[in-house]
Amino acid sequence: MSLETPLHRVEGLGSAHSGVGHFWRERVTAAALIPLSAWLVISVLLLMGKTEAEVASFFQHPWNALLMGLFVIVSCVHMMLGLQMVIDDYVHHSGRRIVLLLLNRAFAWVVGGLSLVALLRLAVG
Amino acid sequence: MADNPQSPPARERPLSPFLSVYKWPITMATSITHRATGIAISVGMILVAWALIALASGPEMYQPFTAAIANPIGLIVLFGFLWSLVFHFLNGIRHLAWDLGYGFAVPTANRSGVTVIALSVLLSVGVFAYGWWAVHGGFRA
Repeated sequence: MSLETPLHRVEGLGSAHSGVGHFWRERVTAAALIPLSAWLVISVLLLMGKTEAEVASFFQHPWNALLMGLFVIVSCVHMMLGLQMVIDDYVHHSGRRIVLLLLNRAFAWVVGGLSLVALLRLAVG
Repeated sequence: MADNPQSPPARERPLSPFLSVYKWPITMATSITHRATGIAISVGMILVAWALIALASGPEMYQPFTAAIANPIGLIVLFGFLWSLVFHFLNGIRHLAWDLGYGFAVPTANRSGVTVIALSVLLSVGVFAYGWWAVHGGFRA
């Protein structure tokens, strides 16, 4: 016999009030960032000392533009999930927590959005 | 007859682990550093966005960016960003291994923790030194 209430069974949620989606998205983005961040660090290293035109033309190359775009998107999602976990753990006042969670989302969208717009401008222009 | 609760204890019992006198286990230190470096990288993402915006806006906007990261404070920020990224990268792989069920034994976790700290310092210093050499060492011939 289960001790779960019928409502709890219908909702299918634990004490965290949400499923395991956050956990999984954090791991999947982490795994994707292993090759992506390694690529970025090596690329930046090889671009050190190059002229502005040479650096720009590197990121204009379709493959590099794609990889950089993927890095920006995946790292911003990973960042948003990670910072959310820190806020959930340490900020107990619910009003303050909600404000910080919204600011966290806004930060990820603005940083990611600006980076993607710049990449597109670079690739097209 | 019951023991007298006032009688002195048979031996000194340990006190609670006050954080100020508590020796940090290596796993605790790497766990906290993982979070701290995660926050540092988040701030560093502003630098990534700035670099891309500067690059997309042409040479007159790119020059101030390179000037900003080339001065001493910029170099310290850049090295901090790089080390945070390398540490979070290596320790993140350690976390993924734990998630798959590997490396949980205490001696193993301690050893992988020391390895991550040492490798993160070696790799970031190496990468930074190579970058410095590429810019200042006449690498472009």
